[in-house]
Amino acid sequence: MADPELYPADAHHEHASLAVTERPLARAGLMFVAFAFLAVFLLLPLVVVFEQAFSRGIGAFVEAINEHDTIAAIKLTLLVAVISVPLNLVFGVAAAWAIAKFEFKGKAFLTTLIDLPFSVSPVISGLVYVLLFGASSLLGPWLKMHGIVILFAVPGIVLATVFVTFPFVARELIPLMQEQGTGDEEAALSLGANGWQTFWHVTLPNIKWGLLYGVLLCNARAMGEFGAVSVVSGHIRGMTNTMPLHVEILYNEYNAVGAFAVASVLAGLALVTLVLKTLLELRYGAEIAATRGH
Amino acid sequence: MEVRVSNVRKEFDRFPALRDVSLDIRSGELIALLGPSGSGKTTLLRLIAGLERPTRGTIFFGDEDASNRTIQERNVGFVFQHYALFRHMTVADNIGFGLKVRPSAKRPTKAEIRRRASELLDLVQLSGLEKRYPAQLSGGQRQRVALARAMAIEPRVLLLDEPFGALDAQVRRELRRWLREIHDATGHTTIFVTHDQEEALELADRVVVMSQGRIEQIGTADEVYDTPNSPFVYGFIGESSSLPVKVEDGQVWISDRPIGLAAPDLPDGEATLYFRPHDIELLDECNGCIAGTVAASRRVAGTRRVELEIGGGRERVEIELPVGHPAAQKSRVAFRPKRWKVFPKMAE
Amino acid sequence: MTSAPAKAGWRFRQPSVIPGFGLTLGFSLAYLTLIILIPLSGLVWRSASLGWTDFWAIATDRRTVKALEISFGTAFIAAAVNVVFGTIVAWVLVRYRFPGRRVIDAMVDLPFALPTAVAGIALTTLYSPKGWMGSLLAPLGIKVAYTPLGIVIALIFIGLPFVVRTVQPIIEEIDKEVEEAAATLGANRFQTIFLVLFPGLAPAVITGFALAFARGVGEYGSVIFIAGNLPYISEIAPLLIVIRLEEYDYAAATAIATIMLALSFLMLLVINLIQSRTRKRYG
Repeated sequence: MADPELYPADAHHEHASLAVTERPLARAGLMFVAFAFLAVFLLLPLVVVFEQAFSRGIGAFVEAINEHDTIAAIKLTLLVAVISVPLNLVFGVAAAWAIAKFEFKGKAFLTTLIDLPFSVSPVISGLVYVLLFGASSLLGPWLKMHGIVILFAVPGIVLATVFVTFPFVARELIPLMQEQGTGDEEAALSLGANGWQTFWHVTLPNIKWGLLYGVLLCNARAMGEFGAVSVVSGHIRGMTNTMPLHVEILYNEYNAVGAFAVASVLAGLALVTLVLKTLLELRYGAEIAATRGH
Repeated sequence: MEVRVSNVRKEFDRFPALRDVSLDIRSGELIALLGPSGSGKTTLLRLIAGLERPTRGTIFFGDEDASNRTIQERNVGFVFQHYALFRHMTVADNIGFGLKVRPSAKRPTKAEIRRRASELLDLVQLSGLEKRYPAQLSGGQRQRVALARAMAIEPRVLLLDEPFGALDAQVRRELRRWLREIHDATGHTTIFVTHDQEEALELADRVVVMSQGRIEQIGTADEVYDTPNSPFVYGFIGESSSLPVKVEDGQVWISDRPIGLAAPDLPDGEATLYFRPHDIELLDECNGCIAGTVAASRRVAGTRRVELEIGGGRERVEIELPVGHPAAQKSRVAFRPKRWKVFPKMAE
Repeated sequence: MTSAPAKAGWRFRQPSVIPGFGLTLGFSLAYLTLIILIPLSGLVWRSASLGWTDFWAIATDRRTVKALEISFGTAFIAAAVNVVFGTIVAWVLVRYRFPGRRVIDAMVDLPFALPTAVAGIALTTLYSPKGWMGSLLAPLGIKVAYTPLGIVIALIFIGLPFVVRTVQPIIEEIDKEVEEAAATLGANRFQTIFLVLFPGLAPAVITGFALAFARGVGEYGSVIFIAGNLPYISEIAPLLIVIRLEEYDYAAATAIATIMLALSFLMLLVINLIQSRTRKRYG
């Protein structure tokens, strides 16, 4: 590589060069197009959610949230997230450890498989479990005989959610841990640490922000998933309705305030996620894998 | 094409990168801008190209004030440090780009562009590589393509930013000789930036030594090497040794003894003596000389470097002796620089 | 347990002093198999056991064909729109400095974070004839909600971040020297952008298009509210799967799902091919 000393002057060229920008009019035009597009397609929908939720005043909003089925939906959504996020967290760490710290045959193929759920329609993600556990499946009669209920109940919802959020943590950690290499771990082992100690005291501190980032995205999707959960849930009010499903039911019953009240809680959650995500990127950008945004 | 830089100043966010620089470049000259990083040499090159606009001052191409000309209108060939080849275009398309983007009235036909491209490829000794992509070329080959591309637009001036900076030493030396040949064959006024003094001294008709946004000295290789006009040039170009001295009554003194060097034009006071370590004569007896105790002695290639402690060990100075010279065995050496310069201590 | 027997010339994994290979790989594979592979292969197995004639009958059913056409067609249009505007957004975010840039940059990820059902009802309200946008468009005779145009709108929302986030880092990486080189060679800004910069962005733009397209084809939550779901007109393939499931017509649901998966994979394969070719050439 070239002598690093050649570059300091480049710092000045960051913004000044005449050759690499558009005329003021073109700039203004492009900025207008970009802002208008984002305003219409991103900002307006977000504003509508809150506008509709509070259209009958704060009392109606509180009443809508405080409704029995709504609270049940919120509880179920939290329960689903509390189960599925840790499962994918453990998987993500294990898979990233195996893939990033070792060289073995078929690694690239394994990495591709992990991304598979992203390219499957959420509806299909739900469908596969219906086919697997449904009454007409091979397992169906056996499950029925033993009184095990998976479909149209909490286990089915959890499974479908785990399926759709499967890659989030792993795909965040794999590139990060690959970049960090194995030097730190080898040093710890040479100093007498055992495998667990090495992981807890050396690896985990190195990946914690990336891990948190992955968990954040995983959680947002887990709480908001609609298509996959819709297929396996059975839509039983107060029993198997998550918040997104409850939004649908209320909306279809022409209860706009109720639907948007629940929707606004979910939108608030999305905003919190975006804020945390941005903070993580700003503070720990270098310690978060390069694959941002998915 | 003559290029005249007249009282140019350039600031970036108030930080002056160039302070009042003036420079006349003759038509057909090969000029090196030499200096350490941050000396402003690349900024000067980019100002001439029109990639930056001066905060103050004017740049003339011939008699024409080029300051208000856009980059596109200036018609300069610029070779970038990392070549900046267009990686999705073949070598031939890269070279022909400058002709292809001309307004239709001045644009040559496609066949003509193709012909020019292969002509230039011949010139840079890369015939037959028209269809390659930049990724399929070595560093040295990319460098040549970049030069051919810059020359394709028949530039009024050819500007090269650290043209050999990213190449390894062997290729570097070859390309240096080759650039000189191309320059002599085509006669373009050429300005190149380098931080490598060997490159500048070997290649350029004149070397412009820069430091901290100022031009320190302009001259041929011999001039800047043999008669540096500032402590900076002494220190930056070639090996140099320096010693704190005093000037009194037109004589140079070290502590309480004159050392046999006359400095009639210098004011009395603290000063620094500069000389080349190899440019000295050894003396047997010391009446008016620099004498010191040998502190260390190293073999460097074909010579021996001897480090002397002068004046009771407070100052150290290096001189160069032929290998096997008996003086290297002695514990005390007396010498006097043959060519030297004394600069009064700056009032700081 | 952790190392495969070292045969000459072939070994499953490179030797390493780091422990835990067997445990982590074993767990990962088991989990992957249970959660993803067995269910997905169940789908393929079900579909295969349908028999060719049954499968063909479902695949060529007019309602199925229409639903697939609508899904792929609207996803294509939405991805194309996103390529144009997403690239402009990415350009503005990378190249220009203005107050609130970080906030807008963060906003781009909203479709990733906002549950699709929420987006669905918000867009429907916005574009219904009485909504803020709908009431503006109605006098022009443009109906969005409950038409295929509504599907496109929802898919633009869903797909935008895919394009912006794939193109943005590539714009950041553009070597300014390359733009300066084009300028010194006499190219005006327009020529620099279209002859020099865009060809360099093309692979990223294609990737962004593919991701937005693939996501759009499978999208369900944000679409079903705004689409109106009229068979043959605005009924998307994922919805048809759900409808068939609710009719306990597992065969039809399976067949449609298999066709969707096959088409999506085919498309991703083609895109990957294009990408690896350009990468090989341009380095």
